[in-house]
Amino acid sequence: MGYVAVQGGREAIERACDLYESSRSGRNSSPLGLDQIREQLPLAVDRVMGEGGLYAPDHAALSLRQAAGDTFEASLLLRAHRATLPRLAESLDCSSSSMRMVRRISSAFKDVPGGQVLGPTSDYTLRLLDFEILEDPLARRQLIRDRLFDGRIDEEEVPDEFPRVVELLRAEGLVEDVETGEDEPFDITRRSLVYPAPRSARLQAMARGETGGMLFLAYSSMRGYGHIHPTLAELRVGYVPLLVRNPLTGEDVVAGEVLATEADVVSRFSDPEGQPRFHVGYGMCFGQNEVKAISMGVLDRCMRAATPSSPAEDQEFVLSHIDGIESMGFSNHWKLPHYVDFLSDLDRLRKAQEVDRARR
Amino acid sequence: MLAGEWLSGGAGRKTTWGFLDDGAKKDVRRALLKAVAIPGYQVPYGSREMPLARGWGTGGIQITLSLLSPEDVVKVIDQGCDGSVNAVNIKKFYERVGGVETTTDTREATLIQTRHRIPEERMDAGQILVLQVPYPEALREVEPSEANTRRMHAEADYARMWLHLYEDVVHYGEIRLAYRYPCTVNGRHVMDPSPIPRWDVPKLHMADTLFLFGAGREHRIYAVPPHTRVEPLEFEDHKFRVEDFHGKSCSRCGATDTFLDEILGPDGTRTFYCSDTGYCDKRRR
Repeated sequence: MGYVAVQGGREAIERACDLYESSRSGRNSSPLGLDQIREQLPLAVDRVMGEGGLYAPDHAALSLRQAAGDTFEASLLLRAHRATLPRLAESLDCSSSSMRMVRRISSAFKDVPGGQVLGPTSDYTLRLLDFEILEDPLARRQLIRDRLFDGRIDEEEVPDEFPRVVELLRAEGLVEDVETGEDEPFDITRRSLVYPAPRSARLQAMARGETGGMLFLAYSSMRGYGHIHPTLAELRVGYVPLLVRNPLTGEDVVAGEVLATEADVVSRFSDPEGQPRFHVGYGMCFGQNEVKAISMGVLDRCMRAATPSSPAEDQEFVLSHIDGIESMGFSNHWKLPHYVDFLSDLDRLRKAQEVDRARR
Repeated sequence: MLAGEWLSGGAGRKTTWGFLDDGAKKDVRRALLKAVAIPGYQVPYGSREMPLARGWGTGGIQITLSLLSPEDVVKVIDQGCDGSVNAVNIKKFYERVGGVETTTDTREATLIQTRHRIPEERMDAGQILVLQVPYPEALREVEPSEANTRRMHAEADYARMWLHLYEDVVHYGEIRLAYRYPCTVNGRHVMDPSPIPRWDVPKLHMADTLFLFGAGREHRIYAVPPHTRVEPLEFEDHKFRVEDFHGKSCSRCGATDTFLDEILGPDGTRTFYCSDTGYCDKRRR
């Protein structure tokens, strides 16, 4: 028997990389353009930007293509790229009431100031596989565009500001004030999370959390492993201005816009000691990712439970398991060789079997 | 500017030598200094994402990159082997971002990064061993919550760990913990020595070498400085034992004093080879 277990790794690894590259790039189809990915798979791009923690649509499109559509892998590519970039400035606080609105709905009221703006969503579509759009000819797309824009836009009707529903409730004393008790927000990209984690750290960790993982935990709570009964006071998708202070002039300038989804969750009053007021939960993430923003809002509320009674209310449980890059990496690492560990385990088992035989 | 240029940050933009930016390296070094000052204590730090998946050595990589200088000679091993997938990947990465010289000879290396093994040859005072760590918390075996284990360490409350080991002796006549065997460092902190086999644990005790442990996914760094006591948890009447290779030897170099890999043959036969392939090669030369 040859000494197979030792050498020859490098060549095999290089070829495995080549095989991946070859199968990823397709045989006869033309390469996917970044514009195609950005414009036709925008929700995947948004998801990857959020989980990767870097708002960069072109980079996210590139990472999706390189990762063959795997959002975990694509987020990792983006986040690893982020680690090499210098931090140039910190953005200033901004209110989402000045959001350039794409979509805005409230489930709490039939109508709200500013109105219900349905926006682009698959929520009201029939989930029938549409074979008519197999080809998706330009003419069809043009027809839809004409229907949308044909004389129906009246700028007068679009309000400049959409007041946040939760603020309207707060003004009436119906919802709690959430004190953060922090002067400076915690930064989980520079410091390791410590438990109990301040709210800013919890929100930051969730904003980068993996959509599916957060949905799972939030769903467990809404379904019954928890006591949160959420109402979606408001869900918004839109562009928020990125404000930075010019270091030379001291002037605040708008450096760009960031597409974000925001969710305000209101839940039943439950504090027998304090004033009866609704509790709130807040979710916000890059791009249009409504499942994630809602899950985040629910989990934000869950994690403020006075005494955690379910997994979703235990902040250490939630925060240490929602990062997709960490969980995916660790799950995949079991594919690495573990033969030294296993041999050590075998040694233990054989010793225990000797003891067992002697005892019988 | 071309789209590609713009995406990569403009023509001529180069990744920093050693990949990490200087601020990140400084963060890691600061954590390392604290770790050396408090042997066995897990220092939380702002772990950065590396171009390898979490759990694939990102903690070890961050330590190595923050220590690396162009004069270094680096050896990378995975399960004792220089040619294993993880070692090859990491070495490729170092060659790309640092252009450092690499070796498979333990004695030639100034810096060795390893996954799950400590080389058989005794390392000297001028060398550093960086260990990749999946679980930095030895107490995770008995307590899932980080908040609780940190408090247990602060109070040096290791009762549950001792009880866990004791119950194993009662139930099985043996302690089931094989690799990741908990050790007391400097008479104070109970430490997870990373998934090295029991065989390697004694090498940590009163060594001449600095041992650095990096857990990237768990955001922790810890250290065993040279000439520090590292004592595996054991009972007076149930002593710590290493893996038993009695009567076995390496089929390649004939060694009888090394940790051996067990290879399954098609006919059910077992063959044994040195796990430390660099050492095995050297013995054959």
